[in-house]
Amino acid sequence: MNDNQVKSVCMDAAEIERSLTRIAHQILEANHGAENLALVGIVTRGDILARMLVERIAGIEGCKVPLGSLDISFYRDDFLTHLSPELHGTDIAFDIRGKKIVLVDDVLYTGRTIRAALEALMDLGRPSEVQLAVLVDRGHRELPIKPDYVGKNVPSSKDENVRLFLEEVDGCSRVEILNMPPGTRVGSAPLGSGQPGIVPLGSGPLGSGQPGSASLGSAPASTGGE
Amino acid sequence: MAFNHKHLYDIREYSCDDIMRILETAVKFKEVNERKIKKLPTLKGFTVINMFNEPSTRTRSSFELAEKRLSCDSLNFGGSSTSAVKGESLVDTIETLNAYKVDMVIVRDKHAGVPQLIAEHTGAGVIDAGDGKHQHPTQALLDLYSIWEKLGRLEGLHVGVVGDIGHSRVCGSLIPALKTVGATVTVVAPPTLLPARPDILGADHVSSKLDEVLPELDVVYMLRIQRERLEGAPYPSLREYNLLFGLTQRREALMKPDAIICHPGPINRGVELDSYMADHAQRSVILDQVYAGILTRMAALYLLLGGSEDGLTA
Repeated sequence: MNDNQVKSVCMDAAEIERSLTRIAHQILEANHGAENLALVGIVTRGDILARMLVERIAGIEGCKVPLGSLDISFYRDDFLTHLSPELHGTDIAFDIRGKKIVLVDDVLYTGRTIRAALEALMDLGRPSEVQLAVLVDRGHRELPIKPDYVGKNVPSSKDENVRLFLEEVDGCSRVEILNMPPGTRVGSAPLGSGQPGIVPLGSGPLGSGQPGSASLGSAPASTGGE
Repeated sequence: MAFNHKHLYDIREYSCDDIMRILETAVKFKEVNERKIKKLPTLKGFTVINMFNEPSTRTRSSFELAEKRLSCDSLNFGGSSTSAVKGESLVDTIETLNAYKVDMVIVRDKHAGVPQLIAEHTGAGVIDAGDGKHQHPTQALLDLYSIWEKLGRLEGLHVGVVGDIGHSRVCGSLIPALKTVGATVTVVAPPTLLPARPDILGADHVSSKLDEVLPELDVVYMLRIQRERLEGAPYPSLREYNLLFGLTQRREALMKPDAIICHPGPINRGVELDSYMADHAQRSVILDQVYAGILTRMAALYLLLGGSEDGLTA
């Protein structure tokens, strides 16, 4: 049943830290400072990364840029083939009109999450500009979407899943490449799904795996990972 | 996470987790309904039929708004143009709906059991929007949402349902739903307005003395008194009803300091509620209930139309 096997660790905690520091510098460099800037993370890992970036930007520039989180569940293009996704809610307390928004996600894959995020964002207002920062770009784009800031390019196969675990919700920070049987769904691990390397099957909201769908336990939180 | 229901015509089939899932989903839709643009693309391509074979303004408009805000295509079917008027049998009407290839049918009918019958004869999902004196499950969900939002919990609350219990489909769903989420329920009514077997609804206590029960209640749920049903046979006069069972300003002193007032609408001011209580800024959640109707109906549509387990690996 447990077909999700860790193949390799492509980023450890220190690498993640260094990448975020570099991305924070790149965002400030490209935007000539922090003026009119705002960060919006896509739940369930992008929002945490966005907060870490805001802290770094504050450390460098001495000002706190507005931070929001975006749940794209209502904008997915695969509602018909999905179990009703677990909802986390959107929390953007500032007016995005005219702002330069940096969208933050953990793993960029097909680009479909980003498409949905752009639509969700536009429903909230009209930002002057939207940029994209991702910790990992694993390739296999199905839509014309390109990130502006990338932590690491990780060449991967479609039979694999690339997952980010973060210390504050999972107890340990790292990016893993997992083997996945064909036909199962790619997705983020549920928050707090335990130690990396321990496949979160059975700890998901459904309680147990089901035949032919080894990643079921993680499917509901698959708002990221694409 | 799968939501293991296709239909919503009997709230007793829903577990506490199912009900809380709907309420928690409704909270997410509240954020959307506070935006300038309240529309989501989520259910684009789904077709929903609103089959209202009995007059309804609030429930129907609430469903219609929920459908529109989720981008469903919806169609109103019924009313005075209903095929039943022309002599078509219900099963033939259902066959017609099947031929339309719709995804969900919202049913209001004066006969109890019609939603279930439709569910048994169609591949579409069915939501009961009120059938006879039987059930009105989305009303119960919006009531629970409003109480939960205002008081922060449902378990352990003492809810008094006051009024025409015997003719009420609201009670048919509300009382079982309250029991499922762990509340205590007391029904308060003159004996002539109680059903023959009030225990079947699941209420914990039955009383005919509002003043005795009122100090115990966290939630006072006032049912609408249908004037035409009341005057004459079951009760001598509306005035006497108001004196003994109406929630009036005079009775506020008997209420707990933080007790709230619910009413499914439309209100008969001066009968079951006076204006002081109906418009009470701290206690009355009547308009919150109307708002909650959109949120919980959006949540029910979203969860019931959500992908099936079969579709998971598609």
